[in-house]
Amino acid sequence: MDAIVFYGFSALTLLAALVMVTQRSPTYSAFAFIVVLCSLSVVYGMLGSPFIAVLQIVVYAGAIMVLFLFVIMLLNVREEARSARDGWVLKGVAIALVAAFALQMASVLMRARTQFPRDFEATAARVAEVLFSLRFLYVFEATSILILAALVGAVVLAKKDL
Amino acid sequence: MTEAAVQHALLLSALLFAVGALGVFIRRNLITIFMCVELMLNAVNLAFIAFSRSLGMPDGLDGQVLVFFVMTVAAAEAAVGLAIVIALHRHKDTLDVDAFSLLKW
Amino acid sequence: MTPLLAELVIAVAKILVIIGVLLGLFSGMTYLERRFLAFMQFRLGPNRTGPWGLFQPIADGIKLFFKEEYVPEAANRWAFLAAPILSISTALMAIAVIPYGGPLTLPSWGFMPEWLAGRQVSLQIADLDIGLLYIFAISSLGVYGIVLAGWSSNNKYSLIGGLRSSAQMFSYELSLGLSWVGVIMLAGSFKIQTIVESQMGGFWNWNVGPQFVAFMVYFVAATAEVSRIPFDLPEGEAELVAGFHTEYSSMKFALIQMSEYVNMITVAVLATNMFLGGWDSGLPFLPSQGLYGVVWVGMKAFAILFVFIWLRGTLPRFRYDQLMDVGWKVLIPLAVLNILGTSAWIAFGSK
Repeated sequence: MDAIVFYGFSALTLLAALVMVTQRSPTYSAFAFIVVLCSLSVVYGMLGSPFIAVLQIVVYAGAIMVLFLFVIMLLNVREEARSARDGWVLKGVAIALVAAFALQMASVLMRARTQFPRDFEATAARVAEVLFSLRFLYVFEATSILILAALVGAVVLAKKDL
Repeated sequence: MTEAAVQHALLLSALLFAVGALGVFIRRNLITIFMCVELMLNAVNLAFIAFSRSLGMPDGLDGQVLVFFVMTVAAAEAAVGLAIVIALHRHKDTLDVDAFSLLKW
Repeated sequence: MTPLLAELVIAVAKILVIIGVLLGLFSGMTYLERRFLAFMQFRLGPNRTGPWGLFQPIADGIKLFFKEEYVPEAANRWAFLAAPILSISTALMAIAVIPYGGPLTLPSWGFMPEWLAGRQVSLQIADLDIGLLYIFAISSLGVYGIVLAGWSSNNKYSLIGGLRSSAQMFSYELSLGLSWVGVIMLAGSFKIQTIVESQMGGFWNWNVGPQFVAFMVYFVAATAEVSRIPFDLPEGEAELVAGFHTEYSSMKFALIQMSEYVNMITVAVLATNMFLGGWDSGLPFLPSQGLYGVVWVGMKAFAILFVFIWLRGTLPRFRYDQLMDVGWKVLIPLAVLNILGTSAWIAFGSK
C-alpha cells in the first residue's frame, strides 16, 4: 500500500514537471508546478519525513506559489509567442544534452550505498531538537537576517518611486 | 516500502533536476524560467530527504534541517526574484528574456 | 474481518457520519444566521416555509438546483469548473483531524458483530501527530480556490476581488498559526487529542485563561480567514459587484458558499478544541466521556458561531487598508508577544 502511494505520486511528480516545462501559458505552468509541489510533499511523507512534508505545502505550495500566481495575474503575462529561435534543431540539441546530463547524474546517484533503517522518526520534536541546537545556531540566525534583507530588497526593487 | 525506495527517490531527484534544467534552457518567459529553477531546488530537497532517510536516526536529522533551510532560502529568493521581474516588466512591458539584451556584445 | 478491513470500515463510517452532519449543519447555519440577524435587526426573517421557516434551507437548495448553469464565454472553462471543487475539497479535508468528542466505547448489544462490540473508537477521522500543522497546510491551500475563481471568470472585478480576498486570507493565516504556538507549547504536542486532554478536569484548566491574548488573536484572525464581517470586503454585497464569485451561479455558487460555511464551522470547532477545553464539561461533577463530550463540543462551537453571527449583525465593514493594517501591524506583534511570554513562563516561571 505504501509502495503504491510512493510510486504513484513519484510518477505524478515527473508527469506534472514535464507538463510544466511544455506549457506555453505561464499560468498553466504555475498550476502544473503546484501539482508537482503537492505530490513531492506526499513523496516526502512516504520517505518518513512528515514535518518536512507539511512544511513543503505551507511554504512552497501555500506561499511561494501564491506569490508567483499574484505576479502572473497582476502583470497579465501573455502566452509565449512563437519565434524563429524555436526551431526543432535547437530544441533537439537541448533535449539530447539534458538527457545525457540526467543519465550521468542518475548513474552517480544510484551508486550511493544506501540503507533503509526501520527506526527512522523525523517528527517535529526530533527535527526541532536538532534545528535549535548549537550546531545550527549560526545558520538559523544568519537565515533570519537573510529573510530580512530579502524583505527590504523586494520592497525597494518593486516600488515605482522610493 | 521496499528497501530500494531511497534509490528510486534519488533517481526521481536526478530526473526532476534534468527536467528543470531543460526548462531553463528552452523556455523564454522569465517567470517560467524562474519556476524551473525552483523545480531544481525541489529536486535537491528530495535528494536531501532521501539521503536523510538512508542515514538513520541521529545523523539523518541534519538532512531534514538542511531541507528546512533550503526552503527558507528559496522563499527569500523567490520574493526578490519576483520583485526584479516586476521592475523589468515595468521597464520593457514584456517578459521575453530575448528582450533584455542591452549588455550583449 | 481482518483488522485492516475493520479499521477501513470504521474510518469510512466516520467520514460519512461527519460529512453528513457537517452538510446538515451547513444548511442549519444558513437558516439560523438569517433568523438571528433578523431578530437583531428587529425584523422576523424567514418564517413562512414550514413551521418557523425551518424548511427554508430545503427551499433554497431546490431553487439553486433549478437555476441556470452557465459558464462565461471567454472564461477558462476548466479552471472555472475546478475552482469551487478546490474550495470545497480543502474545506472538507480540514475536518479530517478535528475531534468531535472523546474516545467512545461502542456498546456490545446482541446484534453487533464481534469486531465492533465494545470497541473504542475516537471521534476523529485521523489522529495525525502533526494535526495542527496539517490544518495550517490545508488552509494555505484554500487560497487557491479563490484565486482560481477570480482569475478564471475573465472579469476585471472578479480578478481584483479574488486577489484581494486571497491577500486577506494569507495575511491572516500568519497570525492564525502564530496564535496556536502558545497552545502547542503548553500542551507539548501538535496532536489535537493531546491538547484537549491537557485541558480536562475543569474550566480553570482551559487554555482560554492563560492564553487569553492568543484566543483573541485567533478569533480575529479566524473571522478574517473565513471572510466574515467585519472582514468581508472582498465579497460584500455592495463591493466590487460580488467579488470573486460574481460569475458563479447555481450549484457552483452553492459549493463556494458551502465551503465558506464549512470553514466557519471548522474554525469554531477548532477554537473549542484548542482554547475552550474540547469535550471537557467544565465542572467536575458533569460527565464528559463518550457522547456527553459531543454535546459539550456542540454547545461550545455553537456559542462561537453565535458570536460570529452577532458580529455580522453589529459591526460595519473594514476598509481594505485598515484590514491589512490590522492583520500585519497589530495581530502578528500581539501573537509574537504571546509566544515570548509563554516561552518565558515555561522556561523560568514554572520551576
